[in-house]
Amino acid sequence: MEITTQEFKRVAVISVSGRVDSATAPELEVKLRESVDSGKHQIVLDLKNVEYMSSAGLRAMVSTLKAVKRVNGDLRLANPSPRVEEVLRLAGLTSIFSIHPTQEEAVASF
Amino acid sequence: MELRLTVPGRYDRLETISKFVGQAGQFAGLDEVAICRCQLAVDEACTNIIEHGYEGEGRGDIELCCEPGQGELVITISDQAKPFDPDAVPQPTLNASLEDMQIGGLGLYFMRQVMDAVEFSYEDGSNKLVLVKKRELEGGGDAPA
Repeated sequence: MEITTQEFKRVAVISVSGRVDSATAPELEVKLRESVDSGKHQIVLDLKNVEYMSSAGLRAMVSTLKAVKRVNGDLRLANPSPRVEEVLRLAGLTSIFSIHPTQEEAVASF
Repeated sequence: MELRLTVPGRYDRLETISKFVGQAGQFAGLDEVAICRCQLAVDEACTNIIEHGYEGEGRGDIELCCEPGQGELVITISDQAKPFDPDAVPQPTLNASLEDMQIGGLGLYFMRQVMDAVEFSYEDGSNKLVLVKKRELEGGGDAPA
């Protein structure tokens, strides 16, 4: 799994590629938490290149969403593949997260 | 045909397990969606074995056996961790408010959602989980009599 972060004026974009499972989800959670702790409470998580995600990945995302919501921020998702979208749907998270088809649209939604 | 894989119970083995299941799914003639669902179920099961069964990495092995059949895949996962009681796993709180949401129990929930059969047993010191995935029929309906 690879994670890259781009910081814009109002929004941090975190792009993830590869597998998000119990081996790699802790690293994702750390990166997300670093963003929150540095004061970036408006975060776009770009999932375009995520080839697989398990409940461990969902846990990291939900934990971060709870943290940013407490400070009036948000974690919005961009570009989930059909496979990731199914996992989000099975978990009932498609109504909890704001999900956008492109990174640009997710950033602009803030 | 039986395909077997034994790995140490470590999270860094999950990708190897996933590839193994993917190959078995192809032998069974499952489509990509069905294979993805099998990989999800097996990943969740193995994660639970490591996290809750062995209570940590590197404490025991996980044995997988895949039997690709005519239009179905039977996956048996065995471990020597403490006996697992699926009825003791709390249901995840889905469709709850964000603050009330609990993601615990999601792995077992996913298995039951995506697989056609999920059976747990414990015998001779081993937990055994059997997962079955059948190939979707064209049109999605029942086969004609």
